[in-house]
Amino acid sequence: MPESSLEQVAQDLVERAMKAGASAADAVVREGDEFSSVLRMKKIESLKEAASKALGLRVFVGTRSASSYSSDFSPAALDRLVARTLAMARATSDDSASGLPEREWLGKHDGDLELYSKDIHALSTDDRIAMARRAEEAALAADPRITNSEGASFEAGEGAKAYANSLGFVGSYRASYCSVSVVPIAQNQDGGMQRDYWYSVARGAKGLDSPESVGRKAAERALRRLGGRKVPTCHVPVVFDPEVARSLVGHIFEAVRGDAIYREASFLAGKLSRRVAGENINVVDDGLRPGGFGSRPFDDEGIATSTTPVIEKGVLKNYLLNCYTARKLKLRTTGNASRGVAGPPAVGPKNFYLVPGTHAPEEILRSVKNGFYVTELIGFGVNIVTGDYSRGAAGMWIENGELAYPVEEVTIAGSLPEMLNHIGMIGSDLEFKSAVAAPTLLVEGMTVAGT
Amino acid sequence: MAQADRFFLERYGLTEKDLEKYLAAALSDGGEYADLYFEYTSTSSILVDESLVKTATEGISLGCGIRVLAGEQTGYAYTDDLTPEKILQAAQVAAHIASGPARVSTVGLSTVQAPHDFYPVAHPPVDRELAEKLELVQRADRAARAYDARIKQVRVGYADQLRHVLVAGSDGRLVTDFQPLVRLNVSTIAQSNGKSQTGSYGGGGRVPLEFFQGDRSPEHYAKEAARQAVIQLEAREAPAGEMEVVLGPGWPGILLHEAVGHGLEADFNRKGISAFSGRIGQRVASDLCTVVDDGTIPDRRGSLNVDDEGEPTQKTVLIENGVLRGYLQDKLSAGVMRSTRTGNGRRESYEHIPMPRMTNTYMLSGHDDPAEILRSVKHGLYAVSFGGGQVDITSGKFVFSASEAYLIEDGKVTAPVKGATLIGDGPTVLTRVSAVGSDLKLDPGIGTCGKEGQSVPVGVGIPTLKVSRLTVGGTAPRAATSFV
Repeated sequence: MPESSLEQVAQDLVERAMKAGASAADAVVREGDEFSSVLRMKKIESLKEAASKALGLRVFVGTRSASSYSSDFSPAALDRLVARTLAMARATSDDSASGLPEREWLGKHDGDLELYSKDIHALSTDDRIAMARRAEEAALAADPRITNSEGASFEAGEGAKAYANSLGFVGSYRASYCSVSVVPIAQNQDGGMQRDYWYSVARGAKGLDSPESVGRKAAERALRRLGGRKVPTCHVPVVFDPEVARSLVGHIFEAVRGDAIYREASFLAGKLSRRVAGENINVVDDGLRPGGFGSRPFDDEGIATSTTPVIEKGVLKNYLLNCYTARKLKLRTTGNASRGVAGPPAVGPKNFYLVPGTHAPEEILRSVKNGFYVTELIGFGVNIVTGDYSRGAAGMWIENGELAYPVEEVTIAGSLPEMLNHIGMIGSDLEFKSAVAAPTLLVEGMTVAGT
Repeated sequence: MAQADRFFLERYGLTEKDLEKYLAAALSDGGEYADLYFEYTSTSSILVDESLVKTATEGISLGCGIRVLAGEQTGYAYTDDLTPEKILQAAQVAAHIASGPARVSTVGLSTVQAPHDFYPVAHPPVDRELAEKLELVQRADRAARAYDARIKQVRVGYADQLRHVLVAGSDGRLVTDFQPLVRLNVSTIAQSNGKSQTGSYGGGGRVPLEFFQGDRSPEHYAKEAARQAVIQLEAREAPAGEMEVVLGPGWPGILLHEAVGHGLEADFNRKGISAFSGRIGQRVASDLCTVVDDGTIPDRRGSLNVDDEGEPTQKTVLIENGVLRGYLQDKLSAGVMRSTRTGNGRRESYEHIPMPRMTNTYMLSGHDDPAEILRSVKHGLYAVSFGGGQVDITSGKFVFSASEAYLIEDGKVTAPVKGATLIGDGPTVLTRVSAVGSDLKLDPGIGTCGKEGQSVPVGVGIPTLKVSRLTVGGTAPRAATSFV
């Protein structure tokens, strides 16, 4: 469906809601297609291809609201949806913070954000399968100890989204993505197995790393884990590689979300304009980065996208807000409304990242006498309310600035407020592979629990 | 035909003849097997926060997923438009995985009745009045706030769904099911002296709304969530390092889910990438341990009459007296491994390719007195409540995160400690189980498992267990925790 038709569906749905008695309404309409090909040990394992569509409606009756979603766009289905949603809204609570944005806040960023690349369609199914095949072949050829593979995949898709509300806003945009990834298995003579992965993701095929480099990197990561061991429990500097540093920066995002702030469900609640991190820490939420996975011309409430400074020189400058959380906190929305089709808008990241420093990652490793280079984190042991942090980790031990041996079956623990105040070095290696991004980070002291 | 059988016929005019036509299209390039998975799922959810009903949402998703198997290869396509043209188009896309002459045999569908009905819910929650659901949620909100003045924030979430499914396979299998599911969840924040702590509890299953009473009432869930948060206000640093760990009954069964369950899913073993690959018949646990996966427990969140490939669920012994006995199979892996299906082929929705997944995974009761197990520990950790977990199935390393735990000192449960992650090695952790209590309990019915981007509802359970050595990922060095 062209974007203009999606806009029409959204506007039509809003009109139906208003006619049926809503005092205000908004609607999101999405459609998209997905493709994935998975290879394993050089044979096709699966091919998947599909298209889908869905819409979401939110209605207000005064300050009461409710929402609904459906994939059925027929007029009869939409009328039923509107009637049921209005009935639900009447049964919810009056909430003075609810409602659409103020009219004057509505707007769109003009200019090309490079979210859509036609070149993903230039690739035939065979070309796409070949991308996955090349990545896996490169991984398998990298070393005789790469004996197996969990698979390699190439995925591509595109989607369009339209948003309309009863204040007269309507807008839409289209975005695409593609990715190539591989998960090789390395095996020792003693039979010990390790897996690791690597991937490249971009808005278009042009932006992807070569499948061969993805395969080699994945193999290298799996190989270096062979023979992993536990270490004695200790308190040491911990270096996070960018893949795991991203999760750490993701916790900062969780902690500055407006809903966590107004509920005092964050260790950063009440800390606006206060020092919350070392002076070397700058965090930005940039909605306008060309091709960024968090870029968009307007948010899911029709607010023009902008860039929001979050932490400047260690000082908390802004929470990230949608209209609801902004009203709760008596602040202005930062355009972070984010919404699937089901449910009301939540708060989501634009391109949320920790500003890179000047140190090459090798230089950071060289500065550590005795410490832990973490390349994988597992589990969910992070509490945003208290800031308590405890996760399963694997990686390499650092001795006198060199990677000495692989480490596994240990945890790293600390507290997020302290960790943010003890980031000793920041890498220059920032890459935007998702809406949240981080460079290599050195945290000066954490508890590593092992034997 | 039963009511569920007629659902897609009545709503979408779908006849057996249509199904046979779609299957023929799916096999038009010579695939060996094809199946159609029709799904119509309605949902509703409510969120109460600050004692206000902030969110009420309902929705419908429907579609058909079409799968074609050719050897170990899968072709898959789906459509959310149930018109014959769109379904045929999807069938032809899925067919492309194979390359050969069409299979011309007419399939001759015949209805297979699921052998049991494990969730005979006459009035599924999704069809009940909003007011009835709101009442449950608001009762929980009030009870949590009334528990203690230090409870400052309460959030209550309610979610239900009803899934109608129809599976038609080119082997002639035609199965329908309707699967209700409901869950009520309370999360709290307690504050005191500038410190905050959290608690969370809830329950549910494939049950009617009347399930929520007695020790499953909204009030009970609320008090439990509030109690956890208040207790945590007194928590000290969790210990760091290896120690004896006693797991309480119920939810801590997530240990099994992560340590052995995922590693025994047949797809990983067919590919030889699991730490358990090729180990059937070997000792992987102490002889006190017998672990099963059981999709047939009435009313449970992880239970199903038939899996998402139309195969009846069953009780599968994974580990018997410490010896590895079996894997969790779906159609594809069972075919490749020349094994039998175990009714564990599951998928998140019609948009997803099925794969082997757990249902309800638990360890059978042993003979030890739970109180005696605690008394036998000189110095260790007693963990009674957990958040999520994760496993690296290839290295076998797994974690699960305790949200309520206490020190054990000289056989007595003493101070509460902060949340911490526990880490271990799947193939060896159960060999260190040195005591198994007589008190098997299943979790209250709120678990969701994620694998390769697909979420499905599951259950876990254990009796009280003692593990002689497990790494606890706190921040306090051991010396500091050995005195009060």
